[in-house]
Amino acid sequence: MNELLVFICGFIAVAIKQGTPLLFGSTGEILTEKSGNLNLGIPGIMYMGGVSGVIGAFFYEKAVGAGELNPVWGVLIPLIAALIGAALLALVYSFLTITLRANQNVTGLALTTFGVGIGDFFGGSLAQLFGEGGSLSVKRSSTLFRSTLPFAEDWGAIGELFFSYGFLVYLAVVLALVAAFILRRTRIGLNLRAVGENPATADAAGINVTRYKYAATVVGGAIAGLGGLYYIMDYAYGTWSDGSFGDRGWLAIALVIFALWKPKVGILGSFLFGALYVLPAYIHYGENRMVQYFVMMLPYVVTIVVLVITSMRKKREHQPPESLGLPYFREER
Amino acid sequence: MSQAIKKHHEPLIHITKRDQMVWWKGWLIRAIAILAALVVSGGVIMLLTGLNPISVYAEMVDGNFGSSRKLWMLLQKTAILLCIALAVTPAFKMKFWNCGGEGQTLAGCIAAAACMIHLGDSMPGWLLILVTFVMSVCAGALWGVIPAFFKARYNTNETLFTLMMNYVAIQLVEVLEVLWENPKNSGTVGVINRNSQAGWLPDLFGQRYLLNILIVAAVCILVYVYLKHSKQGYEVSVVGESQNTARYVGIDVKKVIVRTMIVSGAICGLAGFLLVSGTGHTIGPNTVGGQGFTAMMVSWMAKFNPIVMILTSGLIIFLQQGATAIATTFRLHDSLADIVTGIILFFIIGCEFFIQYQIHFRRSRKEGVEK
Amino acid sequence: MSQQISAVPAIELRGVTKRFGSVVANRNVNLTVHKGEILSILGENGSGKTTLMNMISGIYFPDEGEIFINGEPAVIASPKDAFDYKIGMIHQHFKLVDVFSATENIVLGLGKAEKYDLKDAEERVVEISQRYGFEVDPKKKIYTMAVSEKQTVEIIKVLYRGADILILDEPTAVLTPQETQKLFAVLRRMREDGKSIIIITHKLHEVLSLSDRVAVLRKGEYIGTVETAKTNESELTEMMVGKKISLNIERSEPKDPQVRLEVHHVDCTNRQGTLVLDDVSFSVNSGEILGIAGIAGSGQRELLEVIAGLQKTDSGAVLYHNPKTGNVDLLQGKTPLQIRELGVRLSFVPEDRLGMGLVGNMDITDNMMLRSYRKGKSAFLERKAPKNLAEQIIEELEVVTPGTTTPVRRLSGGNVQKVLVGREIAASPTVLMAAYPVRGLDINSSYTIYNLLNQQKEQGVAVIFVGEDLDVLLELCDRILVIGGGKVTGVVDGRTATKEQVGLLMTKSEGGEQA
Repeated sequence: MNELLVFICGFIAVAIKQGTPLLFGSTGEILTEKSGNLNLGIPGIMYMGGVSGVIGAFFYEKAVGAGELNPVWGVLIPLIAALIGAALLALVYSFLTITLRANQNVTGLALTTFGVGIGDFFGGSLAQLFGEGGSLSVKRSSTLFRSTLPFAEDWGAIGELFFSYGFLVYLAVVLALVAAFILRRTRIGLNLRAVGENPATADAAGINVTRYKYAATVVGGAIAGLGGLYYIMDYAYGTWSDGSFGDRGWLAIALVIFALWKPKVGILGSFLFGALYVLPAYIHYGENRMVQYFVMMLPYVVTIVVLVITSMRKKREHQPPESLGLPYFREER
Repeated sequence: MSQAIKKHHEPLIHITKRDQMVWWKGWLIRAIAILAALVVSGGVIMLLTGLNPISVYAEMVDGNFGSSRKLWMLLQKTAILLCIALAVTPAFKMKFWNCGGEGQTLAGCIAAAACMIHLGDSMPGWLLILVTFVMSVCAGALWGVIPAFFKARYNTNETLFTLMMNYVAIQLVEVLEVLWENPKNSGTVGVINRNSQAGWLPDLFGQRYLLNILIVAAVCILVYVYLKHSKQGYEVSVVGESQNTARYVGIDVKKVIVRTMIVSGAICGLAGFLLVSGTGHTIGPNTVGGQGFTAMMVSWMAKFNPIVMILTSGLIIFLQQGATAIATTFRLHDSLADIVTGIILFFIIGCEFFIQYQIHFRRSRKEGVEK
Repeated sequence: MSQQISAVPAIELRGVTKRFGSVVANRNVNLTVHKGEILSILGENGSGKTTLMNMISGIYFPDEGEIFINGEPAVIASPKDAFDYKIGMIHQHFKLVDVFSATENIVLGLGKAEKYDLKDAEERVVEISQRYGFEVDPKKKIYTMAVSEKQTVEIIKVLYRGADILILDEPTAVLTPQETQKLFAVLRRMREDGKSIIIITHKLHEVLSLSDRVAVLRKGEYIGTVETAKTNESELTEMMVGKKISLNIERSEPKDPQVRLEVHHVDCTNRQGTLVLDDVSFSVNSGEILGIAGIAGSGQRELLEVIAGLQKTDSGAVLYHNPKTGNVDLLQGKTPLQIRELGVRLSFVPEDRLGMGLVGNMDITDNMMLRSYRKGKSAFLERKAPKNLAEQIIEELEVVTPGTTTPVRRLSGGNVQKVLVGREIAASPTVLMAAYPVRGLDINSSYTIYNLLNQQKEQGVAVIFVGEDLDVLLELCDRILVIGGGKVTGVVDGRTATKEQVGLLMTKSEGGEQA
């Protein structure tokens, strides 16, 4: 019995760790989509956040040399670098789609190409550019991101379930809750939702549509960027390896649909997707490897099913924001 | 009459939609954007490698035209990208945002690989190629028609649906990779029918890629004719421009959506066939390698004109090959190519604004003249 | 200056003029609205009522003239300015977010100074509702609401912001008679509360039963203001429609008229769930022009779409008498394609020319093919005949265009219409329906269209002409069918009917009984 409990707690803990990047990504994308912008550049932005964080850590570690890292700077520098890197890329998207009214799909995909390119390039070549060779690794900074509460280990399975995470995991949950609160309970949230649903009405009500779209997209991008940061600094022990981030960005977009654009549902959804992602590791290798990959297909299949069912039931609350993907131009009737 | 009217605040910049720009001006703006993008990406490469600007471009040209092998690669890669771009175009013209080129192509790859592996010994070579071809096209069409059906029936968001279908296809390849693994536990499929070469598209005049390129050239012309001169293509345009008009003249909009996505998916399937049967003779989750997405941008940049797409796809591949060559020389990561692609796309996407809209500054507006 | 009235007027307009390009929408309008009164603005379609009100609510800015609020000169440059003057307008097209609740919509866009507390807001909404007698659930989502509820939300939205002057643009157009009565009760209560109310309408009986005074506009001109108690329907009608103007449109006697199309007891409900056609019956003969008169939105569009197979009916029948076969075919329930396959040569010039009749981004030749591209067994398009047709239409109808390859979007309104009408006539129809075919056209283009319709009539085509200008209808049509509120209110002879007669029928929306 006790062993089972330990096993379950352990599994859930791994699922949560696996789900955290998706949670950051989906929270960011929900905020973005609530403003009517379908940002398919999120995968690129997450890469960008990750690589910016690593670069920040890399230079800080270089600057400190062999000495001890200051824990505050060691965390803050990568964190801020990731936020800025991701926000900058989201700003490019915003400028192209909001100010220049470019097609959102095309812009988003271009952004992903670019962001993934930047990520892989600097992740793969930064050490080379500085003549150090090998892959980019910031292990010392990573320990700061991975440090857990001191009593996590003393409390056994419960400790593992609740306290075995780096601070970014808690931040992901908190951000999702804050996003949910803002969307549901504040004037800013109301205005933002109005912009995404019906920008003409929002405009008529005196809401600055452009400003809201910019703000939501840039803030959403920055949050998504933290997903990349968490992955590399915490989950991957600070070592960049080519392509290991994989399709997590697209999973985050799938999660938005799965969560029906609700950040709180996104929390549970991210843990579920995380569980599906790690489940294969718990299924034994060998003949069952096919099953393993089938399981990894599930998040996407489930998302499609959710998408189809919601469109069949036509329940308005569960539909994408009405103006999602459409540019807003006041003088066009 | 007393003038109580105070000048009310007027924004500094006023933007209006252009009626229509003379065609050459539009292309001039695009050319300038491409030039600017080349300068910027050249600058980025310069910063990263320390090459002087001239040698950056020289390296790029060399990376594409330096040897006949490089040239054939350029043509071959352009052909594949062009093929997928041609595939998504009918859907785009219908304003059906098919982001599933990647998955539809991969579905074609799966069918091709399946035929080659499982039917390799059971029929003559020409028949195998024919069967492989047909199955690939059908698989692509199937992958494309699923979202179309739900779009037509329930108005399910096609962008999100087709996106998800991509990853279902990729995971499906992972599953099949285990099944088709060769040699065992290698984790890859390896070259299919390495010895018998069954199901491989034949060399033409001793050139391995020539047949691929010719097939895509034919597809390009066919798509052009289909969109411009066929009744079905005409219906696609009408539905894309105005569903109201389509209904008014008695076009069955749902039927057109489903039919067009079958066409779109089928051509993607053909691209998959060319990738597996004509080029790589293997399959993996990266066989399409994001070209389904790049193709969307190629099509969009060409304003959905199949002939212009030859240029846009060529441009993208030229940049990618060039950047890869530079990356290899300097032992940098080959994703330099993606960065360069991203930059050029940003410029081209951005420049469309100046073609479609007109910017008026407050000063230039004449007093009292308002429309 | 003119302050004989004891109280300062809530709003006063002096010499207000608004032009759109060369069109004068309002010319030198003077208007006063007092506190605690209901003023009706009466006028036909296109008489400039809405434009005038939009200038008070900050959507347009007048070119000339002055506006005074409570006696002070006012500058209203935006809807926000209007709010600051406590003016609120309820537009015909509601500006609401569908997935939001009533309260969320009501508080949307309020200043930051106001605390965001939905509970509090809901209480205030309830309070306002009780004060004026609205029935609204503050938590109800807009998309589950009937039109009348949405209108209520719009009115509360304005009251919530503390408006003292309310402008309602044709509020009863979307309401049932019962709902209209409720609305009027609410408006009367507001009047008692000291608010000023301006209501745009063209229903005479409503004007008479509700308002204190009536201001009449005709073709952008201000005709005058009368006190409701001292006027009657025929005086108002005359003020509204004016004297008959002779246009000299030729009209021949129908030759050998035979019934071509019959509409029997058709009911039709639109997507919003309102009954837009209510037991409509009439017939059209070959060789005649049947005019359809009515206030905009009385069901004209739906009627034509029902005949064309674009709109489903709830009940009733549409019958076509085929002159070739002598058969009587049932049209309703069939798609446009099925109707064509029956051999019915039905042409339709819809109201929305570029959004329905033509494809704006396609060139003239490709637009010519819209009707005919299916011809022949080939899978490919045949552009030769459409191109010839395009050239022929350009020449015969004097379409001003650089050539056949110009996208129709770039043509001027009159030329767009010539292309559309030309194409529809080229199909040699037996029934030709035209909805507002001269709207927005200059005089010359309009006469071109009248001539084309007359030619068709002489060739034995059954022509249905939906128009808004009564002078045109009376000179062009052989018979005029008048509809009001989705019902047929009368059929008159175009040669003998008077303008007042048609005007009265148009505004008589409640069925047969005289209002």
